[in-house]
Amino acid sequence: MTKSELIELLAQKQEHLPSRDVELAVKTILELMSDALATGERVEVRGFGSFTLHFRQPRQGRNPKTGEQVTLPGRHVPHFKPGKELRLMVNEDETKSAQ
Amino acid sequence: MALTKADMVERLYDELGLNKREAKDIVEMFFDEVRSALAQGEEVKLSGFGNFQLRDKSERPGRNPKTGLVIPVSARRVVTFRAGQKLKSLVEGYEPTETN
Repeated sequence: MTKSELIELLAQKQEHLPSRDVELAVKTILELMSDALATGERVEVRGFGSFTLHFRQPRQGRNPKTGEQVTLPGRHVPHFKPGKELRLMVNEDETKSAQ
Repeated sequence: MALTKADMVERLYDELGLNKREAKDIVEMFFDEVRSALAQGEEVKLSGFGNFQLRDKSERPGRNPKTGLVIPVSARRVVTFRAGQKLKSLVEGYEPTETN
């Protein structure tokens, strides 16, 4: 499912809202989550999961073209931890077929 | 401090002029739909943000950390998130300050 498919799906379920509003809402939700992470704030959605930042230590790397050594500075990367409900839901098919 | 669904509802209400009911419905449905797509085995690609992917893990030996007993960890499907380039560059320069 892509972002535009998600927008379409939500627009179908929210018939009273112009699809332009739904599109704007979806983009705003994603922006709010990105902006929160950009300022080091966590995003916590119960039943879905949480987004946090993980720190990557500075390290020695190499320029793959020239082989030259470069020092890569430490940086933060986004991390997602699925919530309990999401973890259970993606596993449901397997547990059923195993029984 | 963390960004929650309630905060998102508030911002959609303030910034887009949706009423509280509409804002709440959209936020709830957003996460519900992403979750059901994943539950149906479909990956979700939100360009500019990131992709939610599914990985099938095979059974592996595990241990109860308290008793040390070996018990198999059953095969399972897990969700992983790969941040998109835009989100990665947004957060990589984040520097914690003492006020945080």
